[in-house]
Amino acid sequence: MGPQRGRRRAARGEALRRRPPPGARVVTLVSRQVELRGSSDFQILASRVGDASGVALPPDSAPCDECAREIATPGERRYRYPFTNCTICGPRWSVIEALPYDRTRTTLRSFTLCDDCAREYEDSSDRRFHAQPIACPQCGPRLAALDAMGRTSAAEEGALAAAVQFLRDGQVCAVKGVGGYQLLVDATSSSAVARLRRRKGREEKPFAVMFPSLATLRRDCDVADDELHALLSPAAPIVLVRRSRLSSLAAEVAPNNPRVGAMLAASPLHRLLLSDVGGPLVCTSGNLSSEPICIDDAEARERLGAVADLFLAHDRPIARPLDDSVVRIGPNGLEILRRARGFVPRSFLRTEDGPPVLCLGGHLKSTITLAVGREVVVSQHLGDLDCESARALLGRTARDLLRFLHGRLEVIACDLHPDYASTRLAEVLAAEHEVPLERVQHHHAHVAACAAEHSLQGPLLGLAWDGSGYGEDGDLWGGEALVCDGARALRFAHLRSFRLPGGDAAIRDGRRAAAGALHAIGEAGFSAIAAAWFSPCELAVLDAMLERGLNAPRTTSVGRLFDVVAALAGVREQSSFEGQAAMELEYVAEDVEDAEPYPLVLRGSAPIVVDWEPLVLEVVADRRRGVPVAVVSARFHEALAWLAAELARRAAIPAVALAGGCFQNLRLATSTRRRLERAGFTVYSPSLAPPNDGGLSLGQSWVVTHRWQERSHVSRSTR
Amino acid sequence: LAHGGGGRRMRQLIEGVFLPAFANPTLLARHDSAVVDVVPDVTSRGRVALTTDSYVVKPLFFPGGDIGRLAVFGTVNDLAMAGARPLHLTAAFILEEGLALAALRRIVESMRDAATEAGVAIVTGDTKVVDRGKGDGVFITTTGVGLVPPGVDIGPHRVQPGDAVLVSGDLGRHGIAVLSVREGLAFASPIESDCAALASCVAALLAAGVTLHCLRDLTRGGLAAALNEIAMDANVGVLLDEPAIPVSEPVRGACELLGLDPLHVACEGRMTLMVPAASVERALATLGSGAARIGQVVEAHPRVVVLKTGLGGSHTLDLLAGEQLPRIC
Ligand SMILES: [Fe+3]
Ligand SMILES: [Mg+2]
Ligand SMILES: [Zn+2]
Ligand SMILES: [Zn+2]
Repeated sequence: MGPQRGRRRAARGEALRRRPPPGARVVTLVSRQVELRGSSDFQILASRVGDASGVALPPDSAPCDECAREIATPGERRYRYPFTNCTICGPRWSVIEALPYDRTRTTLRSFTLCDDCAREYEDSSDRRFHAQPIACPQCGPRLAALDAMGRTSAAEEGALAAAVQFLRDGQVCAVKGVGGYQLLVDATSSSAVARLRRRKGREEKPFAVMFPSLATLRRDCDVADDELHALLSPAAPIVLVRRSRLSSLAAEVAPNNPRVGAMLAASPLHRLLLSDVGGPLVCTSGNLSSEPICIDDAEARERLGAVADLFLAHDRPIARPLDDSVVRIGPNGLEILRRARGFVPRSFLRTEDGPPVLCLGGHLKSTITLAVGREVVVSQHLGDLDCESARALLGRTARDLLRFLHGRLEVIACDLHPDYASTRLAEVLAAEHEVPLERVQHHHAHVAACAAEHSLQGPLLGLAWDGSGYGEDGDLWGGEALVCDGARALRFAHLRSFRLPGGDAAIRDGRRAAAGALHAIGEAGFSAIAAAWFSPCELAVLDAMLERGLNAPRTTSVGRLFDVVAALAGVREQSSFEGQAAMELEYVAEDVEDAEPYPLVLRGSAPIVVDWEPLVLEVVADRRRGVPVAVVSARFHEALAWLAAELARRAAIPAVALAGGCFQNLRLATSTRRRLERAGFTVYSPSLAPPNDGGLSLGQSWVVTHRWQERSHVSRSTR
Repeated sequence: LAHGGGGRRMRQLIEGVFLPAFANPTLLARHDSAVVDVVPDVTSRGRVALTTDSYVVKPLFFPGGDIGRLAVFGTVNDLAMAGARPLHLTAAFILEEGLALAALRRIVESMRDAATEAGVAIVTGDTKVVDRGKGDGVFITTTGVGLVPPGVDIGPHRVQPGDAVLVSGDLGRHGIAVLSVREGLAFASPIESDCAALASCVAALLAAGVTLHCLRDLTRGGLAAALNEIAMDANVGVLLDEPAIPVSEPVRGACELLGLDPLHVACEGRMTLMVPAASVERALATLGSGAARIGQVVEAHPRVVVLKTGLGGSHTLDLLAGEQLPRIC
């Protein structure tokens, strides 16, 4: 082999690595010389069942430019056909039933290709060469409009027209999207959005909005370049952007929230529907309160019958539920907050070998991770595990993943919390598969998820700040600084603990958390503040609960400290959804650029206890003095950012990871990173895995892999 | 009360306190064993039901009851849950040195009244005194013997999908009443324990011709524990309709304030019933106004209890490992 040829090959490899074809990702680049075999054309041979690997599992993709042009061009064979796709776009993970990925093992197997489609499929020069889910108006899935009873009122163009009319009239449409049913309603109509909220039983949690085009999106939202890039990416996720001053969106879309989850059409069907309606539509997953998104037609009609006025459905079955993904542009670029359609099942990689391990994650924003060989596959967001349907989905997904990566399971992992539904399932599965069960502390898993994503080796200071997780001492942790190295995590620092009178009730009601914090510091003004919130009788009971620790678990959580400050500052007392108080506290400070941090005191060592007493006292004093809440909020955020840098300085470890749900707070994430970087630390934060509990299963897989490595190392060296 | 040691003072205690209160021919015979007819009269036939239970409660006296009533009703209720007619009880007392004699008298008298109310005789017993600090005043163990009428077969094995799930009255009063006195909590309105005997109630249901598939008294862990156990034992699902579950306003308010779920709170005179649909009306009529149909046994989600909320949502009613600990992150 001449050096020139070698150089050319290296250059080709480099080009491939830098600019892979659409949808492709270069994992490893191996160059090898092979004998000429004599065939001159490009062929794809029939796959053999059993020789597939998970690496090739593709995520769903929004219409590519070519397909988009095709459905918009009169005279084209697929003009206005809602199920148009090609080799680089269309449904994938949402239709794949088994491996290897061939049409016969997708939900399109019952649609026989017509002659035209078959020709495109066979022709290596066609852009539909071997595109498994291809379809056309002759041979593919068809659209239908139905009522809740399942009676078809119109088909194809008629069905689309009916849906458009309903939406224009402010009615609620259930649309069978890529990964499940969605509920759509006119986003510019207050009454229409309020109707959807009422029927869905969702009080204030923000809705996402789908826009017909970039131009219409820009009318309602201020979009930065990297946000634009995310919106237009094949995953077509919901992107959190700033609502513009002149936004036409109804206030009910996202009450008290300057941001909005915006998205563009994720499929040709959405493209056609949105452009025919001509305006933005609320687009939320088709479910009741916290249940998983519906994928089955009959089930959707039963469960959403009282919510939707019309069902726009079709006959292409959905293999598994996939919610719309949610991303935002953070201080260090793209951050996936909810990972589902468009990103799943793209795998992460283990840097070292480990046993096949199945990790069941947490209880909220649940995901499952299966690691086999070097591959680490994180499931889609499965939702909160309070309802039976979500738990059933958790079980199905676990079996689903095991089937796809047919590895012999060696370990199962779960959280330390005894009552997480995922812990229960893990116990059952471990017994069933006769494998050991490894429990991983919640915040250790949060930090490990970040380490896993960035393949971090060596010691790391992990700031795991979240709502709450079960600690090694049975307290509710959530303001932890952990020194992580290999499989070990050392509690380097934590917040001073306070009690949450009423447990869960105190998480929904920040006044209770505030009462707990004020009680902990014996603040004389406690009764004065609390008297405005509670009746004397209620106050006496709360006091007894705090005094005796009666259903008043201790917490060290930063998320709960947010609730305390939000309540004391008068921003938000009770929350109707998780993280609401913290979000509103963040948003009131939007116009304050910089602020002096409130004082925090660090006491002792191993672990350091972070005393928030002076901070809380100043918040109370500032409130009394009439200091604007925006300033109070900004000073609180700065105090936490200061704390991060101070803890890093004391730990003197160059690498710092920011993990846990609190870092979904953009102001906190940005300030913290800035202060840490200014002090010379290298900051890592989750990007492709969610910073919230959606990342726990990935973190568990990292910890368990390291435990296994250390054990096998020990057994090797003792042998 | 001073340490007994089996001597004269113990004899005084037994003769002065226990015998007069529980006076009945069998007990007064003062044998080492009580000798009783298992079949009390010629018309009765059936199988013998036996149960035993120990009672510890702090405080010993609470609104609506005391440890004595609890010790009688608890065991009588366990017999009744098998459909048995309770006949005889034994009672063993572990007394802590220093317990006021007046308190013991009150407990014993309360047991006598409770036994009369439930139609059982306390036929034999035992008393031990332990050192100060080795017990919470009084521990009581009672054993009960009852007779299950022929043809009566009640238990989880008979539960089947389609059965209605009923409760005999409002939930959570006992647990909250005990908690409120123990922890010194003053709620807006006082709450009394629901402590009561269920045997006559079960007898009335049988007499009315109600087909009873399963009965379970709602003690520790409340409705949630009872239904989860039955769901697991019978390998069925249970679907509950939350708005239909009776909880009194004071209990609801207290639970809200305490952050407790009333469905996990203990009762001492309440039961859940699984009956075939055809028996629902007659069962509710016999049970009286406090009773309610709260859900049904289903084939879907075996071994899981699901609660349908008022808003059309639903969540799983779990059997908790320990305390109710937040899972919100
Ligand atoms: Fe967490
Ligand atoms: Mg018992
Ligand atoms: Zn395409
Ligand atoms: Zn075709």
